[in-house]
Amino acid sequence: MAVFEYAPAPESRSVVHVDSHYGLFIGGEFVESEDGSPFKTVNPATEEVLAEVTAAGPRDVDRAVRAAREAYDKVWGPMPGHDRAKYLYRIARILQERARELAVLESLDNGKPIRESRDVDVPLAAAWFFSYAGWADKLEFAGLGPDPRPLGVAGQVIPWNFPLLMLAWKIAPALACGNTVVLKPAETTPLTALAFADICRQAELPAGVVNIVTGAGDVGAALVSHGGVNKVAFTGSTEVGRQIAESIAGTRKRLTLELGGKAANVVFEDAPLDQAVEGIVNGIFFNQGHVCCAGSRLLVQESVYDEVLGRLKERMTTLRVGDPLDKNTDIGAINNPAQLAKIRELSEVGAAEGAERWSAPCELPEHGYWFAPTLFTGVTQAHRIAREEIFGPVLSVLTFRTPAEAVEKANNTPYGLSAGVWTDKGSRILWMAERLRAGVVWANTFNKFDPASPFGGYKESGYGREGGRQGLEAYLAH
Amino acid sequence: MTTTDTQLSDVAASASSLRRFLHGLSGVDQVGAEERAARLATRSIKTTAKRFALDLATSMVDLTTLEGQDTPGKVRALCAKGRQPDPSDPTAPPVAAICVYPDLVATAKQALAGSGVRVASVATAFPSGRTARAVKIADVEYAVSQGADEVDMVIDRGAFLAGDYLAIYDEIAAVKQACGGAHLKVILETGELVTYDNVKRASWLAMLAGGDFIKTSTGKVQPAATLPVTLVMLQSVRDFRAATGRQVGVKAAGGIRTSKDAIRYLVVVNETAGEQWLTPEWFRFGASSLLNDLLMQRQKLDTGHYAGHDYVTED
Repeated sequence: MAVFEYAPAPESRSVVHVDSHYGLFIGGEFVESEDGSPFKTVNPATEEVLAEVTAAGPRDVDRAVRAAREAYDKVWGPMPGHDRAKYLYRIARILQERARELAVLESLDNGKPIRESRDVDVPLAAAWFFSYAGWADKLEFAGLGPDPRPLGVAGQVIPWNFPLLMLAWKIAPALACGNTVVLKPAETTPLTALAFADICRQAELPAGVVNIVTGAGDVGAALVSHGGVNKVAFTGSTEVGRQIAESIAGTRKRLTLELGGKAANVVFEDAPLDQAVEGIVNGIFFNQGHVCCAGSRLLVQESVYDEVLGRLKERMTTLRVGDPLDKNTDIGAINNPAQLAKIRELSEVGAAEGAERWSAPCELPEHGYWFAPTLFTGVTQAHRIAREEIFGPVLSVLTFRTPAEAVEKANNTPYGLSAGVWTDKGSRILWMAERLRAGVVWANTFNKFDPASPFGGYKESGYGREGGRQGLEAYLAH
Repeated sequence: MTTTDTQLSDVAASASSLRRFLHGLSGVDQVGAEERAARLATRSIKTTAKRFALDLATSMVDLTTLEGQDTPGKVRALCAKGRQPDPSDPTAPPVAAICVYPDLVATAKQALAGSGVRVASVATAFPSGRTARAVKIADVEYAVSQGADEVDMVIDRGAFLAGDYLAIYDEIAAVKQACGGAHLKVILETGELVTYDNVKRASWLAMLAGGDFIKTSTGKVQPAATLPVTLVMLQSVRDFRAATGRQVGVKAAGGIRTSKDAIRYLVVVNETAGEQWLTPEWFRFGASSLLNDLLMQRQKLDTGHYAGHDYVTED
């Protein structure tokens, strides 16, 4: 038993009310499905059923797109930017007012620790609405022509790793630019999107501007292939992104894709080592590694390999894995059993290919989906765990000798979403950033997000940018 | 953890070898260190953990009075408080030490006889350290002769900022010798060193020269102790032990006034240096007003309500 044992410090569930059944949010109200079917969403930390949710049918999707079209034509499209801004500011403020409730709900449905949903997901979601609210009446100054116009109806499909935050990344710029949206949250994490629907009502957002249809991949496919959609935005796996790109090829739909990643986190010998170790941990274990831009490949300069690895293992033993609602939890539950199976499979492949596996000693809860923070050493570029996205708390450790070799290895991947550089030498940061084929390069930090900073990938990590002025371009004709 | 290749005994062989060693330590990224400290500060310490932390913090207090207006009467009152912090609750642990100027050491020693509470004395021309080395040594020898169990010296920050590390090394070593059996705490005065890189180098310098403790501040300069500065010092003592096998203590002094603050420090100790440092032997708070807040929080845990300032003793 530890000398200083932290007593359980659970955040109260009583701040959130979960209905037993949810319909679809279409045309400003919750409606029952015409041709869909119910499914259940569970708490991944306990496997407890949280609510019954509706999988939309094709007719429901059509209804949602038509509601969005009508709102676009009659209300939202013609509305002056400064009036749209008022609604967005109102939504942002309600997100802040209901922050605690949303954080608890997100942790319940997703499995992420309350510390992260409270300190990262929800504040950033509000920040995204505040930031884009400010753009709504200034679009002609965005450098996209004198009179940029909205595209129409946006069909948006988001993943389960940051449910509310990804919703904000999608909806805030779309609405600021004058588009209306039909959004499909991930099958395993629909609850904060449904809570957001309630926030739209609370903000008295005109009916049909935001529509939420829940369900699995078939609902997303019906949405993106719907003829009434002008713009498709997707965040998720490269495999599904490719299918979407194929399905809309030859149409006039605009498309942005934010897909997978296998980011290199490059630690040079002159790095601030304690902070680098912290950054490595934050890079791969933040949100259980369910992060498309996670620093899943650690590239360490050979001269400091032993020292970095020793410090990293020591740091990993202090990670607190367990109840996502406990305020002291660092690592929560894996979101769903399919993902857990994939993480396990790739970890077994890593060991079979000859890499050495090490997991932090920790007691995993009996129920729910869990995976201990793990790293593999002795990984080479030829290993599958160095190439494929694991999307879990598994780090592959590789080494390099020179900056040129670091760049070569970092870029030797089909992906190109993010990268990290750790060094005390400013000129080396710039030298690396020029050469790394990644949409984001973090210097002496990792997994930092800001609504003013564009985010997006190279190569199989997708195309288009979200966030900042650049993020407006995806939702404007110019 | 691996050790450096350097033979640490040879590090101070010359000014240039010492400088090379200190500048060869890996740097500290300010943003990262402050973020880590801020994140640890969000730990939620409740119920049984809080009770443990309050008592532990109480037992780590170096109850301090370092004023020109200090008198034997004031020091005796402080010693009585240190022996039995809460007259209404004898289960409240005594503090670790009473910290005074050298001329009041004898008074404190007498007042604390048989209690187990130690007497710490500041010395070496505290707080500025701006005098001749012979005077500083005489200051230490006087404090020790009066019965000080612990000596809190200040380093020559001017020499540090001028890059004259060997002068400081020699001075610490000389003071250590003058201490005899007394424990030596080396005050870095981090508020004057300013950067975390400097804090880390000064920590290593003090440890290499033989300090038993490294201490953040005199309390006379702002900022005094901060959570990130203490984090960097705790990382240093952890690394020093891994490299040499010798454990060095850390004292956070100045500006820690509330139980909430103290508990945050204990969390940082726990998750940085580790639980081996979670005893009064290896971690201290240099404070005066902190103790009463700890006692009030302790009473609150027992009774469910705050009793107020009139139910703890003011000196």
